[in-house]
Amino acid sequence: MRAKNYFVGAAFALLAGGMAHSAVAQEIKIGEINSYSLLPAFTEPYRKGWQLAVEEINASGGINGKKLVVVSKDDGGKPADAQTAANELVSSEGVAMLTGTFLSNIGLAVSDFANQKKVFFLAAEPLTDAVTWAKGNKYTFRLRPSNYMQAAMLVEAASKLPAKRWATIAPNYEYGQSAVAVFKKLMSEKRPDIQWVDEQWPPQGKIDAGPVVQAVAAANPEAILNVTFGPDLVKLVREGNTRGVFKGREVVSFLTGEPEYLDPLKDETPEGWIVTGYPWYSIKTPEHDAFLKAYQAKYNDYPRLGSIVGYQTIKAAAAILAKAGSTDTDKMIAAAEGLSMPSPFGEITFRKIDHQSTLGAYVGKTAQKDGKGVMVDATYKKGADYLPSDAEVEKLRPKD
Amino acid sequence: MAFYVVQFLTGLASAASLFLVASGLSIIFGVTRIVNFAHGAFYMIGAYIAFTLTERFSGAFGFWGGVVVAALAVALIGVLVEMVLLRRIYHAPELFQLLGTFGLTLMVEDLVVLIWGPDDLVGRRAPGFKGAVDFFGQNIPSYDLFLIVLGPVVLGILWLLFQRTRWGVLVRAATQDRDMVAALGVNQKWLFTSVFAVGVFLAALGGALQIPRDAVHHAMDLRIIVEVFVVVVIGGLGSIIGAFVAAVLVSELNAFGILIFPKISIILVFLVMAAVLIVRPWGLFGKPEAAARKTPGLTVNPWRPLTSNERLASLAALVIAAMLPLFAGNYALTVGSEIAIFVIFAVSLHFLMSVGGLASFGHAAYFGLGAYGVAFLAKMAGLPMIVCLLLGPLLGCMGAAVFGFFAVQLSGVYFAMLTLAFAQIVWSIAFQWVSVTGGDNGILSIWPEKWAASPSHFYWLALGVAALVTVALRIMVFSPFGYALRATRDSVLRSEAVGINAKRIQWTAFVIAGTTAGIGGALFAYLKGSVFPDNLGISLSVDALVMVLLGGVETVSGGVIGAIVYKALNIWLVSQTDLSKLVLGGFIVLIVVVFPKGIVGMLEMLAQRRRKSSPPGSPLIAKPIESAE
Repeated sequence: MRAKNYFVGAAFALLAGGMAHSAVAQEIKIGEINSYSLLPAFTEPYRKGWQLAVEEINASGGINGKKLVVVSKDDGGKPADAQTAANELVSSEGVAMLTGTFLSNIGLAVSDFANQKKVFFLAAEPLTDAVTWAKGNKYTFRLRPSNYMQAAMLVEAASKLPAKRWATIAPNYEYGQSAVAVFKKLMSEKRPDIQWVDEQWPPQGKIDAGPVVQAVAAANPEAILNVTFGPDLVKLVREGNTRGVFKGREVVSFLTGEPEYLDPLKDETPEGWIVTGYPWYSIKTPEHDAFLKAYQAKYNDYPRLGSIVGYQTIKAAAAILAKAGSTDTDKMIAAAEGLSMPSPFGEITFRKIDHQSTLGAYVGKTAQKDGKGVMVDATYKKGADYLPSDAEVEKLRPKD
Repeated sequence: MAFYVVQFLTGLASAASLFLVASGLSIIFGVTRIVNFAHGAFYMIGAYIAFTLTERFSGAFGFWGGVVVAALAVALIGVLVEMVLLRRIYHAPELFQLLGTFGLTLMVEDLVVLIWGPDDLVGRRAPGFKGAVDFFGQNIPSYDLFLIVLGPVVLGILWLLFQRTRWGVLVRAATQDRDMVAALGVNQKWLFTSVFAVGVFLAALGGALQIPRDAVHHAMDLRIIVEVFVVVVIGGLGSIIGAFVAAVLVSELNAFGILIFPKISIILVFLVMAAVLIVRPWGLFGKPEAAARKTPGLTVNPWRPLTSNERLASLAALVIAAMLPLFAGNYALTVGSEIAIFVIFAVSLHFLMSVGGLASFGHAAYFGLGAYGVAFLAKMAGLPMIVCLLLGPLLGCMGAAVFGFFAVQLSGVYFAMLTLAFAQIVWSIAFQWVSVTGGDNGILSIWPEKWAASPSHFYWLALGVAALVTVALRIMVFSPFGYALRATRDSVLRSEAVGINAKRIQWTAFVIAGTTAGIGGALFAYLKGSVFPDNLGISLSVDALVMVLLGGVETVSGGVIGAIVYKALNIWLVSQTDLSKLVLGGFIVLIVVVFPKGIVGMLEMLAQRRRKSSPPGSPLIAKPIESAE
């Protein structure tokens, strides 16, 4: 009796396994990790973006006829948990590649995991230069313009300002530190006459904005570089507006033009800050129109920058898989290096030399329109134009 | 000169916001002895509800009415929480309420995103306080001036309430000696409920008043809760004036500190707290706690070593665990290794908390130091893995020796907060010293050598070490040293009377626990292949506390079970659902209500009841407990 039961069970298991197998053959799985619970303001639009991409890809026949499936995990903002998730995706879900991540340290942790386990990793958002340079490895690619690229874009505009006395405000962690360091270096190269008169390093997420703003004002700078974002930015702007610190001073600010960070400011949006961002309302290109239409039709909401990042991450993954014609890691790497593809921002290429994509960003000025923050005079800066020379990159990146 | 005055006033405004929240926490702790982890959550809900109300109803009346109504509404929620949840667990072991309020906090963080959406919300400015006042060319926001006035006003009202009303007299009496108040026939239930409501009202008011300055978002609670605790402890627990002075001290030091050291904010409050507690062990205005009146061993079942049957059962469980690689895949094995490592971490804290009666809020420091020890040895000295594993924990040992020396001079919550301060200091060093520790980008590529690289081998390694550590600590519990440690826990006076050098015993226990945690951290570094400041962070310390409390503080094996249940559940939930915090928080709250002695504590109680109902031998076991009660 018992033996019989066992036999039936085994037969059933075989059957189920067989069915599962035949289903697997028809689909390609991609693993995706992000800080969904820690940073919902960014990751919710991001999720919508990649879900749209999956839908589009499968509607047009999938990847070489196979259905694309994205398995998504939350890392809770902790590198250690991101690795647990990466491990589950690779070992248990059998995904072809890993994608995603937001925070720099998590991007690095997953990139190191990919390097150790020989898994393809397409980093979506982490901005640290280390991902593709100092700690770059052959398995890791990155979509978003890095810290260096965004700094270079801002410096181009900032160096034309007459201001000579500069102060900086940045969150006290790697992102803020390296953004300030690169900006200072590139700026001082172009404008040796500049003086750096003050720097403030509030803890990320815990800015005590009043004293910080007051301290910066006391140094009497002609221009201010800001790197804070999210709730910190809100507090900084409110205190700065009330205290009149931004009046008569130029402000250059990382990321502030992204809808995620600009929209909450509403009628407190400062005028005339030079920012990087995403003015979805004023981009008039056929590629972006198509994306915008599809996004608004599906979600009845406007896209944030996160939506673009999520959308393009999965589009890029699909393009790589399609060209490789295989889920073999080495073949995917070979396919990705130098691969060009369309994006809502125009054509982008994953560089062979450092695996950085040439996706760019919009640089413009902040303004208020009907009590809402918008970016005006925005122009698209191609990522390829703001990267150092190949010789320099080779020095920065360890040999594989 | 005008600048310094303005900077001072700005500091005062920050202090006022901090004080409102801190005063509520201080009152609640003073009377109920609840370490209310959910205080930040109430602050956050206050801000969210006030946001909704002030957006809905415009004008001066709408704004100020909205703020007050929001605070009242949250106070009502607080009353509900107190009556439904906390009332059931006042008699649970100390700190168990922390677990319940922690569960609530987790739930609230997911709930606010579900209700109000993921975007940061920016509310209106306060009508009548939108602009700034010119002070010799410097601008002071008029809302800051309003807060500067409000702080002392609230302080005054609280003072009148406590000094001039009967309720206040009762609250003060309960703060000093709540058993006596109960003995005098005061209805403690309603006293506690009303105190909790007032405390929560203040927290929510503090949150609601942030609307004109801050963005409302789902991480507001964590941003403030630790800082508020620190302020309360610096001021002295239960002292409202202390909380006020501490808030001013911390805020002013920050306002002027950043002029000289712009990076000081990240660590300032903890430096101040460490300094204050070393000089004044009960905070600035606190008084030494009266000696506990509880009978030693009141709630504890007498501990005993495992019987031979239980030993066999444990061995069998270990053997079964060791057979996991025969049928489980790589992912399950890696999760198994992680759980084994957290067992090590939890038993090390459990040793300190249960056996030594010393609850550390910063135990992750020693775990993380062990991990960094490995990272330094492996990356800088290039030593082989086995040497790193043996020597790495020494960093945890050294850290524990230094910090433990200062920490064991204190007791109770002050001890806990000093350990937290030390942990944060270590964390900030790891975070800031980029050239050595890599800052928050951490140290990468610390992967195990070939012999331990496969998931099954590493699993056996972790499991083996976890088993060894658990057995070693158990042996210590029932050794003369363990008895001495338990004596210092149960009664400092009596243990000293029989010639036990309490501080030295406790210090030794601290070092043992720190080193053990370091062993866990060393393995963790190899499991993850990297080390980050997170490994020293508050959330990891809280995880450890939760594991111990979940398993049962008053048991010998609570740490093991708590770690397995919590870690397995956590990993599984995060993987399965987007609302992992809501579900996990709900589960913790449920456990708290159903198993007020923790999982193992409950099992033991059930086992004992069974023994009681079966006649032979039972009176002997049951009697001493009853007589103790």
